[in-house]
Amino acid sequence: MGDMVVVRREGLYCVPGDFYIDPWRPVDRAVITHAHGDHARYGHGHYLSAASSVGVLKSRLGADIHIDGIEYGDTVTHNGVAISLHPAGHVLGSAQIRMECGGEVWVASGDYKVEPDKTCAPFEPVRCDTFITESTFGLPIYRWEPEAQVIEEMNAWWRKNADEGRCSVVFAYSFGKAQRILSRLDPSIGPIVCHGAVEPLNRVYRASGVDLPATLMVSEIDKAALRRAIVIAPPSSSGSPWMKRFGDYSDSFASGWMLLRGARRRRGVDRGFVLSDHADWPGLMSAIKATEAEKVIVTHGSIPTMVRWLCQNGLDAKGFDTEYGDEEEDEASPPAGAAANKETASSGEPPSGEPDA
Amino acid sequence: MREFARLYAELDETTSTTRKLDALQSYFSKAAPENAAWAVYFLAGGKPRQAVPTKLLRQYAIEYAELDEWLFDESYHAVGDMAETIAHILPPPSQRSDVGLAEWMEQRIGPLRGADPGTIREALYAAWDELDWRERFLFVKLIGGGFRVGVSRLLVTRALAAIAAVDSKLIAQRLMGWTDNSVRPTATSFLQLIAAQSDEEHKLRGGQPYPFFLAHQLQGDPAALGEVDDWQVEWKYDGIRAQLVRRGGQNFLWSRGEDLITERFPELANVHIPEGTVLDGEVLIWQPGCPAPAPFADLQKRIGRKTLGPKILGELPAVLCCYDLLEFGGVDLRALPQHERRALMETEVAAIDLPQLRLSPVIQADSWDALATLREESRERGVEGMMLKARSAQYGVGRTKDVGTWWKWKVDPYTIDAVLIYAQAGSGRRASLYTDYTFAVWDGEGEERKLVPFAKAYSGLTDAEIAQVDNAVRKTTIEKFGPVRSVKPTMVFEIGFEGIALSTRHKAGIAVRFPRILRRRQDKPVDEADTLDTLKGLLAAASP
Repeated sequence: MGDMVVVRREGLYCVPGDFYIDPWRPVDRAVITHAHGDHARYGHGHYLSAASSVGVLKSRLGADIHIDGIEYGDTVTHNGVAISLHPAGHVLGSAQIRMECGGEVWVASGDYKVEPDKTCAPFEPVRCDTFITESTFGLPIYRWEPEAQVIEEMNAWWRKNADEGRCSVVFAYSFGKAQRILSRLDPSIGPIVCHGAVEPLNRVYRASGVDLPATLMVSEIDKAALRRAIVIAPPSSSGSPWMKRFGDYSDSFASGWMLLRGARRRRGVDRGFVLSDHADWPGLMSAIKATEAEKVIVTHGSIPTMVRWLCQNGLDAKGFDTEYGDEEEDEASPPAGAAANKETASSGEPPSGEPDA
Repeated sequence: MREFARLYAELDETTSTTRKLDALQSYFSKAAPENAAWAVYFLAGGKPRQAVPTKLLRQYAIEYAELDEWLFDESYHAVGDMAETIAHILPPPSQRSDVGLAEWMEQRIGPLRGADPGTIREALYAAWDELDWRERFLFVKLIGGGFRVGVSRLLVTRALAAIAAVDSKLIAQRLMGWTDNSVRPTATSFLQLIAAQSDEEHKLRGGQPYPFFLAHQLQGDPAALGEVDDWQVEWKYDGIRAQLVRRGGQNFLWSRGEDLITERFPELANVHIPEGTVLDGEVLIWQPGCPAPAPFADLQKRIGRKTLGPKILGELPAVLCCYDLLEFGGVDLRALPQHERRALMETEVAAIDLPQLRLSPVIQADSWDALATLREESRERGVEGMMLKARSAQYGVGRTKDVGTWWKWKVDPYTIDAVLIYAQAGSGRRASLYTDYTFAVWDGEGEERKLVPFAKAYSGLTDAEIAQVDNAVRKTTIEKFGPVRSVKPTMVFEIGFEGIALSTRHKAGIAVRFPRILRRRQDKPVDEADTLDTLKGLLAAASP
């Protein structure tokens, strides 16, 4: 039997099932791992996702898309392929896609994170023969400290700024990262303000039963109170006129890329908080091991490095070229040239279109 | 180490001067004096000799992390810094310690220099297992001798002045010589550094130099400086700025980087000058009877030597070209106006009357125009241009203007249009961006015509331009050799440099001094870039 999943022009394609996984071009049937823009695109005929992803997908792609949601662990069969979705721990509703056909099991991970958090179902290892894994942080330098510790540092930074009468601004991706931060902020320090791109997602999270502290829009807070506030805003708002109202603020960026000094300095923020929605190197390795897969296919990130390392460790590994990781709203692309972008933006020229991760 | 690591993180994370100053003050007010002493040493730019060779650091990190060499190298290319790579690549520590910086430096790191590999390995493993990644980063930096931090010496001086409640100029004075490796920072020396001002300042000074007074770059027309008569004009020499100090019956020669370089220049180490004298000037190679000093390249040959035999001392004799007198008869003269110091210096240098001490002549001219004309002779005279010193100026501390100003009025750099042929990723802020370039010029005719590399340059482009070039490098790569890429010749840059000399070490047979990128020549096709003959022409014209 040939490969159950191959790469086509449109995206990852399940051959016996005749459907696509997170396709980047319009197709008839798409199974969606999660609702970040590079994985969930417009224009497909039918969508299938985890039930907890349906709300976000509809809010982003339009309420009229043709979509079915299934609970984690439930199975639907399509053209003889048994499809079930399993938590990926990346963002609300993120799923690994398990496909079983003729006694063979393949799992496509989408994006995943191994450390559990309060805002989504925790990553669940799924046994399979072939595992398609992401590799965003596929270098052994990437090791995360526990989320609780990182956000505790963020609280301390916020408290210090508030005591000095300075607003704290955190740049974080609107979907996922922002809510993880919110879930652990200490509201006793001061008011929490969310950018207009973040607040609609907060509503979706709350509607799914995720406990988030009270948040305000910038229009709902007076200027004096802003001096004790923390503001959660998407990275793209950095350097925009929207920021002017915060006066002498201290800024920070929450991303796995902030681990490296070079990236942090290019970003040009006061603080970098190393907080990622993706697995770190030990996480990738433990996840791959837990699947017990003999074949591993590596997608977006450090493909050659991971493939070489996995092969050396006795696995049958290869890479798939995909078009994931080019979205501004996710950290899937490294931040090279980010500072240059910032400069261009502030000088009023059109942005160069590089990812702003 | 934990406190120092926290200080480092705070200094590294913010660009705000106020916050850096806060962090420094908070550290110095809490740290134990023996640890603070080492912190001052490092923050003021101290560079200890490397305790463990990079090769061993790398090898043991790979073994400890149980990785392969290639995977370590991949990681290193992504990070752009050896210490940072090691800090992140090792598994988390199994225990935590909090040993002070002084103990680390004196008892744990110091003894590793020259130790056998087994001992080094054991020490590294033990240290790595008790430090978190921030501390490991510092540990490797301290061990590898590559510590740098984004804080100016001036800021460290200000922080210490605030802690000590004394004038920051006094701190600057006391800090002189701190980073020289012949003295070890101690609790006592730190307490002296922040002590109240005493009558014994001069005695405490020992062989230390004064803070160097630094010149500002003159942009635009010197006529804006007022009457030409108010200025003392001299040639600007291209050598090693140095102070020759005579105290306690001994000579001390200090470079501007505050390295004690006495032993490198025996002709100045042994020159007999009156007790309690400090001369400021430029160390140059200058053949007796020659009208001009030798190019900087000759001085480099001296600096590079471990041992100085009679042959090289004879072929490349060093002189101190004196231009200021800072102390005489044990009295600090820095508050005297420039012209008075000059008069005293002329008298003293004449009295000493030794060929190793030359006077930097004052250039006489009755107008700025006349000076401008004379300045055209700079290259033939082997100098970089002129120095303009306010006749009323005191000798200031560092690059200040509060007590008078020195200007450097340099001739325009040489320029050449060259082709980018190799690119390498930078480090630090520029890690994973192609920012370090090798430039080439054309050599030969017709079919034989080829590009020969002649200079490397790192600076001169804006972040936006770097992003463009980085992009082009990735698109036009021919081959990768480790971190270096050879690229298809498509980009022409105007390269500026200060000096040019023959070289046997460079492929082009020519070495240029201070090459930097002036601009990208997008208007110029690669074929029309300059040739090796153009460079040789510049060399011929420059040779006096």
